[in-house]
Amino acid sequence: MADATTTDATTTPNTGNRTTDTPLLSVQHLRKSYGDHEVLTDVSFDVPQGKVVVLLGPSGSGKSTLIRCLNGLETIQSGSIVFDGTNIGQASEKQWRSLRSTIGMVFQSYDLFPNLTVADNIRLGPVKVQKRAKDEVEQQMDTLLKDVQLSDYKNAYPRELSGGQKQRIAIVRALAMNPKLMLFDEVTASLDPEMVREVLELMLRLAKRHMTMIVVTHELEFAKRVADTVLFLENGVILERGSAKDFFTNPKTDRARRFLDSMSPVSAE
Amino acid sequence: MDWSVIAASLPKFVHAFGVTLWLSAVSVILATLLGLVLAVCRDYKIPVLSQISIAVEELFRNTPLLIQLFFMYYGFPSIGIKMNAEACAIIGMAILGGAYMSGAFQGGFGGIPTVQIESARALGLSIPQMIRYVTLPQGLTRSVPAIAANAIFIVKETSIFTVIAVPELTNTARDLIGLYYHTNEYLLELVIAYAIILIPLSVVLTLLERRVRRGSFRTA
Repeated sequence: MADATTTDATTTPNTGNRTTDTPLLSVQHLRKSYGDHEVLTDVSFDVPQGKVVVLLGPSGSGKSTLIRCLNGLETIQSGSIVFDGTNIGQASEKQWRSLRSTIGMVFQSYDLFPNLTVADNIRLGPVKVQKRAKDEVEQQMDTLLKDVQLSDYKNAYPRELSGGQKQRIAIVRALAMNPKLMLFDEVTASLDPEMVREVLELMLRLAKRHMTMIVVTHELEFAKRVADTVLFLENGVILERGSAKDFFTNPKTDRARRFLDSMSPVSAE
Repeated sequence: MDWSVIAASLPKFVHAFGVTLWLSAVSVILATLLGLVLAVCRDYKIPVLSQISIAVEELFRNTPLLIQLFFMYYGFPSIGIKMNAEACAIIGMAILGGAYMSGAFQGGFGGIPTVQIESARALGLSIPQMIRYVTLPQGLTRSVPAIAANAIFIVKETSIFTVIAVPELTNTARDLIGLYYHTNEYLLELVIAYAIILIPLSVVLTLLERRVRRGSFRTA
């Protein structure tokens, strides 16, 4: 599995080289609460075209909620989300439905529809939602499946796949919609350790091809390699932001330092 | 055991077999449809209808079918609703069965993981598309074991129709025993007749459940 992706290992994403163009996504003063409980407080950040933003932070810091707000799975109380030039912060469910074609999302697990084959899972969005021509979708699907080396599983059901294969198909399913932005919500969190790598390598490959991505993860080594920008969240507030290099080598806040320490391998000094 | 008694009564049992089969089939179908409607009313919290649905389910699940049938057959005429025995039987069983089937559907659809719904939304599927490609196939699949158990329950419960004199299997056996006192022969025929209906039904439903558990249904 790793052979096709070994070249990625030597590729460091281009950090700290922001374009001056309008960002693809710009979140300003976003607030989200469940009843009285505020989950996200005044969150603002930009995601430039072709860049990768990694959200880090302890459990319950609001990372997943934030990423879900960007796909309309959660409604926000106030603030703006400007995506591709349009403010979608208060979009209706109907508007979100068409937006979701351009914002792909992959979840922690159980994304794939178990009642559909791999191919039908992938076809569903492009054919039924985007109403694209079947032949063209079929071609794209073949290319994508070949790329993740899962062509043989086209007619398999999700239950016949390993956890890592399932997540790679889930990513392919999202990519088949030709999204402008990809959201990854702890996509390796429920995988067996030996499955994690194949999924992360695919994500690294996407980053290298300049897919714009927002990634919630607990895989620090991966975050270090993939991130152009790291946002460190705690209690719904962005405590720290910066390039991956700065954040990992020289965190500004005590809290971030403690977080990194707590996440470092046991064997480290 | 007098085989000539069995031979002589066989045509009556064959007829009663047909009646039981027909009542069972109609009851199961109506109960399943009603159950789906009740479950949808509750699941989507449709005002008024969901409350009615809850009331129907609680009332019929928590009173004996025997009493429900008595009520409809002997009680309703006094308020001007007169139905023949078969109609009473079918209506009573459809509502009781519907109350149980509703629970089966609620369990099945309620068991669909939230992330499945969210995945469907994240792909941009409309509500009808989500129902068609995701929730309906998965919910029905998950409901099958409980629906199968309810179907068998309903078929067996048709024996209670005897109390309002529907000429089904149990009633026929009771009549014959009352007339000729060949208890052993008639009861044997009765048991065999039910077994002929229920064992194949049970086998078919078990196969269906197994197939569903393996998820080998193609829905798209």
